Amino acid sequence: MNKYQLSHLEELEAESIFVIREVASQFEKPVLLFSGGKDSIICYHLARKAFYPANVPFPIMHIDTGHNFDELYQFRDELVKETKARLIIASVQKSIDEGKVIEEKGINSSRNKLQTTTLLDSINEYQFDCAMGGARRDEEKARAKERFFSHRDDFGQWDPKNQRPELWNLFNGKKNFGEHFRAFPISNWTEMDVWQYIMKENIKIPSLYFSHERECFIRNNVVMAKTDFIKTKPEEKVQKMRVRFRTIGDATCTGATISDADTLEMIINEVSASRTTERGGRADDKRSEAAMEDRKKEGYF
Amino acid sequence: MSNNYLNMDLLRFTTAGSVDDGKSTLIGRLLYDSKSIFEDQMEAIENASSKKGEEKVNLALLTDGLRAEREQGITIDVAYRYFATPKRKFIVADTPGHIQYTRNMVTGASTANLAIILVDARNGIVEQTKRHSFIASLLGIPHIIYCINKMDLVDYNEKAFSKIKEELTGFSSKLVTKDIRFIPISAINGDNIVNRSHKMQWYEGSTLLHTLENIHIASDYNLIDCRFPIQNVIRPQIKEFHDFRGYAGRISGGVFKKGDEVVVLPSGFHSKIKSIITFNKEIEEAHAPMSVTLTLSDDLDISRGDMIVRENNQPRILKEIELMVCWLGENPLTEKGKYTVKHTSNEVRGIVKEVLYKIDINTLHRNVNDLKINCNDIARITMKLSQPLLVDKYKDNRSTGSLIIIDENTNNTVGAGMII
Repeated sequence: MNKYQLSHLEELEAESIFVIREVASQFEKPVLLFSGGKDSIICYHLARKAFYPANVPFPIMHIDTGHNFDELYQFRDELVKETKARLIIASVQKSIDEGKVIEEKGINSSRNKLQTTTLLDSINEYQFDCAMGGARRDEEKARAKERFFSHRDDFGQWDPKNQRPELWNLFNGKKNFGEHFRAFPISNWTEMDVWQYIMKENIKIPSLYFSHERECFIRNNVVMAKTDFIKTKPEEKVQKMRVRFRTIGDATCTGATISDADTLEMIINEVSASRTTERGGRADDKRSEAAMEDRKKEGYF
Repeated sequence: MSNNYLNMDLLRFTTAGSVDDGKSTLIGRLLYDSKSIFEDQMEAIENASSKKGEEKVNLALLTDGLRAEREQGITIDVAYRYFATPKRKFIVADTPGHIQYTRNMVTGASTANLAIILVDARNGIVEQTKRHSFIASLLGIPHIIYCINKMDLVDYNEKAFSKIKEELTGFSSKLVTKDIRFIPISAINGDNIVNRSHKMQWYEGSTLLHTLENIHIASDYNLIDCRFPIQNVIRPQIKEFHDFRGYAGRISGGVFKKGDEVVVLPSGFHSKIKSIITFNKEIEEAHAPMSVTLTLSDDLDISRGDMIVRENNQPRILKEIELMVCWLGENPLTEKGKYTVKHTSNEVRGIVKEVLYKIDINTLHRNVNDLKINCNDIARITMKLSQPLLVDKYKDNRSTGSLIIIDENTNNTVGAGMII
């Protein structure tokens, strides 16, 4: 490559930083959604780059189902301390306690879907006019149709058939009172780009992504971690396995991968050899063919 | 592990073709043969194909993301696909073939380095081929590859290919795009997509993937005219950086070096670049399309929407602009109508002064009699602005030469403009 050409990671980075800066300029009260997963960690890293040497000019918000892994809470709190982030925790448990949502029952119950209500309520409560997230278009077919700046009506709903055209790098964040936007700075990144960037920039990520020993069981061909939040059936045998997580979501719906990859190099090799998508282990997407599209229309991430 | 990934670059391309030219099949084939389709995705489309009673796995189903699209078997909206080889990462803007065609193709083309235009080997050039070529050229896409598809249906005959190639060469000499190539393919059978076709020994050129991997894109950005539109002013209210004042933005053109004499527009203040900052690191020079923060030697009052340039190479400062516009709104363009105009990091109000002509998208003739501009129309117009904009010609710079038009009543993006 010649001297005045960017590598693919440099070009993606430049684009994402541009988007984050546009959000900070075009909106009065933006927020970055932070799950503690690698994609939101990357977004936060890019936000720190975008405004250096100033602090990130918006808070980060964790929609906490209360059913996350301990390692994740620990990682989140350390990152906040180290980088002086302003963290808002929006609790799904609180939404349940207030009777705004009803917890699912049964063996496959998950708080994943309940997050939408907590998210929309928090956006209202804090009067956020743009919520940034680490969703990528390569993750899922409905997300492939998503814009960088995605308009939401006053019910927080997405209308995929009626999106604003998005041309060049000109982002239209105009809205009426009560409406808000979702913005996705890393739309054009793939899972591989994310891993390569983590390696290039030496970004810290939760230990859950690296191979470790854990008590697991198998349900619907997916390896699930044994936690206090998930009931096992009598025939589901809990045993120690060497696993790692490819995505990190709520512990009740995130599957693990059997893996010995305990370094970034090994993870990248594993990802490049993998023949399934990272969301293949996500029970929340498997509920139906359009599960993601339906959740997104209602206001999900 | 090799650090090869640090030397990969990025190519964005868009695909265009008439309804049954096999566009989705081609993309499906590229993804499939470059091993970018995963087993769970394959399983999902196998299920969907058999549900619809189709014999072969329908690779086209890969690109239809929304429920309505899968049910109706049509693509509604631009979808983005990703794949990579050890050389390059690719972003594909897959634009639908029928509904809102112009609007979607313009959107996909606006950021593309390259357009693949599919031509059915049995039909040769049709009106749509001309239309797609015109849009690609209008949007300033530097490279066009015509894929002559369905060669299997003309017995992989060399003459069929050469005849279409000759016709296209004649036609495309009128386009602005100069790098134009031709590849005979069969998307459904995979001929000349990733692997060379054994049935077309007469073809001595590269396969499609090889071409995509090797086409020279380093010159696609303007590295001559220095343009730095300011996005944000960085003022850390912290002790270590008490007097720091930086200008954050993405370089739209040229190369900026530490120590360069610069002018800030529209004020016309002169200063020097004191430092170029990325994350806790200073660099000596930066070029398009990098996102950086600049500091200047003088304390100046500048803000978002201003532009840092070199003294001897400045954009035009215009209060009245002439442009080609592609209309995207449901309501027709209203002459004398007031709109918001977004250009780089600037926003002004604008009024459409005059519609000069409309392009007949099928014949490419200028129509001066019917000046009603509806959705999907392309026209040449003039606009008067509330404040001057710092502009270049679109053909010189796709970033400082482009703008969007927003309807103030609906907040919708209703027009895409290319400044002349």
